[in-house]
Amino acid sequence: MLAFVIRRLIGMVAVLFAVSLLVFIVFILIPGGDPAERMAGKNPTPENIQNIRAKWGFDKPFYVQYVRMMEKAGNGLLPGKHSEYDILRSFDTRQNVAAEIKKGIPATFSLCIGAGIIWLVFGILVGVISAVKAGRWSDRAITVLALIGISMPVFWLGIVLRYFFAETRTWFPDGGYVPLTQDPAQWLYHLILPWFCLAVLFIGFYGRVLRSNMLDTMNEDYVRTARAKGIPPGRVLGRHVLRNSLIPIVSLFGLDFAAVLGGGAILTETVFDLKGVGWYAAQSVGGLDLPPIMGVTLYGAFFIVVFSAFVDFAYAYLDPRIRPT
Amino acid sequence: MAEPATDLTLDSASLLAAEEHEVSIVGRSPWYLAWRRLRRNWVALVSLVVFLLICVACALAPVYARHLAHTGPNTVHAGDTVIVSGKPKEVIGGGSHYDAKTNKFIVAAPTYLGPTWWHAHGRFVLGTDNLGRDVAVRLLYGGRNSLKVGIGSALICALVAVLLALIAGYNGGWVDWVISRFFDLIWAFPVFLLAIALSTALAINGFHHFGISIEPGSLWIPTLVISYVLIPYIGRPLRGQILSLREKEFIEAAIGQGAGPLRVMFSDVLPNIASTVLVFFTLIIATNILTEAGLSFLGAGVRPPDPSWGNMIASGQDQIQTAPWLALIPGIAIVLTVLSLNLFGDGLRDALDPRAKVRIER
Repeated sequence: MLAFVIRRLIGMVAVLFAVSLLVFIVFILIPGGDPAERMAGKNPTPENIQNIRAKWGFDKPFYVQYVRMMEKAGNGLLPGKHSEYDILRSFDTRQNVAAEIKKGIPATFSLCIGAGIIWLVFGILVGVISAVKAGRWSDRAITVLALIGISMPVFWLGIVLRYFFAETRTWFPDGGYVPLTQDPAQWLYHLILPWFCLAVLFIGFYGRVLRSNMLDTMNEDYVRTARAKGIPPGRVLGRHVLRNSLIPIVSLFGLDFAAVLGGGAILTETVFDLKGVGWYAAQSVGGLDLPPIMGVTLYGAFFIVVFSAFVDFAYAYLDPRIRPT
Repeated sequence: MAEPATDLTLDSASLLAAEEHEVSIVGRSPWYLAWRRLRRNWVALVSLVVFLLICVACALAPVYARHLAHTGPNTVHAGDTVIVSGKPKEVIGGGSHYDAKTNKFIVAAPTYLGPTWWHAHGRFVLGTDNLGRDVAVRLLYGGRNSLKVGIGSALICALVAVLLALIAGYNGGWVDWVISRFFDLIWAFPVFLLAIALSTALAINGFHHFGISIEPGSLWIPTLVISYVLIPYIGRPLRGQILSLREKEFIEAAIGQGAGPLRVMFSDVLPNIASTVLVFFTLIIATNILTEAGLSFLGAGVRPPDPSWGNMIASGQDQIQTAPWLALIPGIAIVLTVLSLNLFGDGLRDALDPRAKVRIER
């Protein structure tokens, strides 16, 4: 187990390195032209451009530039004094990217944790009901609803929800985020619509995956054995069928949850004006302001890589067969 | 691996029927059997027809624009009047204006011409947007862009993923290792964020490397970005399938007969994964249309004034109080298209995948 953990951790560091290298390529190399001129802002002085060129090492080989960029991306997170050019800053607002991302984390986490609970619970419910009622009209109805849920653009659903439930009828507040520490009731009230908006897609998806898994499992020999032994149907379903069908759902959930925590809920956050991490990246798209987008991408990738390592650890702990030697 | 019971019974039934009428039995290819299964699935067929109708309608956008709507996708009609059911109506009326009679400046929200359906003989069938452009025309042109990006990126994505999976799965060893790590690398990003990062970086100066030159604002940018970020979604499962095919006897036999790697890959392995690729291809078009819509919504996909369903929703969002149809209609178009593709893809998978263990036939 320890050897596996160590190997997995080394793999994780390697992936993180590759991820940061790809971000560097996207950031510095793809746009072309002189990056220093782009970074210097709208009316740069020649000294300013010269200064940026020296600080980022744009006249130096690419590995030097890479190291400098990573220093800047990391510097906003480390405590201590930083000069203006030591920190990854937005081109437009000159704000510290890492600090802005940190500010967005409470909103993003509130959205994702709530939505995650909703989609897991309802996804399992939908999957179980349609598997138990397979072929009947209730299964058909659920399948169609789940498919519609999957086929809807999440931002459009958000706009529609806002229009019908917050604008024409004022049942819910029209977007925005209230911190939990400030007012828990308002926090909940503001988040109900976004939670459901984000969860709908996943409910449909998980319901379908679970349904087909359960139908497969119901045909297994051990389920027939359990039935033959005279175990009540409900218990067979819960203990034998559902438990085994849930394994792929758990790993799906780990990765999807990491993705939304890592800024993947960008569309929901934008539509509902939740000033989270994804929202911050979305604000920078219009102005082609690369550093915030790059920062959020790095942050998101970091989440996914670390989370998937933890999912693997949990798996290896729970099921020794998976543990590779 | 039991054959689906329905086909067995049907086949034995047709065998009996053939014996009675002394008709010779024709050998049936798996593709024919799949088609027969698909033919009975009316939901899938209707979905296919719906999707094809949407494609045809969008392809005919210029014809509609010229001969029925008499306008272009970016033509502004803000000051014009249209005859609706015999009465002239302003395309954009109201708004803040100076009233000479009362000598007052009246502040009011502008009123946009809503859907005229067919009362204006094809003009402004779905109303106008905030600049006085014909929504129906823009919807069709936007559909063209959305479908171009969706289908184009699905084609590129499937092609690259199949090639990579073939090379990785067939060769194994370090080639497989490199390609799998490439999949892992893309997999490590939140897909949508990576797509936004790439499209934003490309929107600055376009792409001018390796002899390829793409201007910023080109439709190729969203197309290539979306196909790139979704490669592992097709590549990974295919690679796994090819790895297990690689162990089968018929591959060994082909190699034993002296077939070269290219021949084995393309005439022995590829036909065996073709059905999976086809299903993935159908479903990935749906995913890509949604991704394109999301990118365009944030301003990182198709650039205004060129319409796409995503950026139409984005601009309609601001007028949702006064003109809700602006955001609702393109969304409905997306839902219809994506839903039809998903339903057809599901039917296709059921028809093509003989290993589908559980079939609900009650």
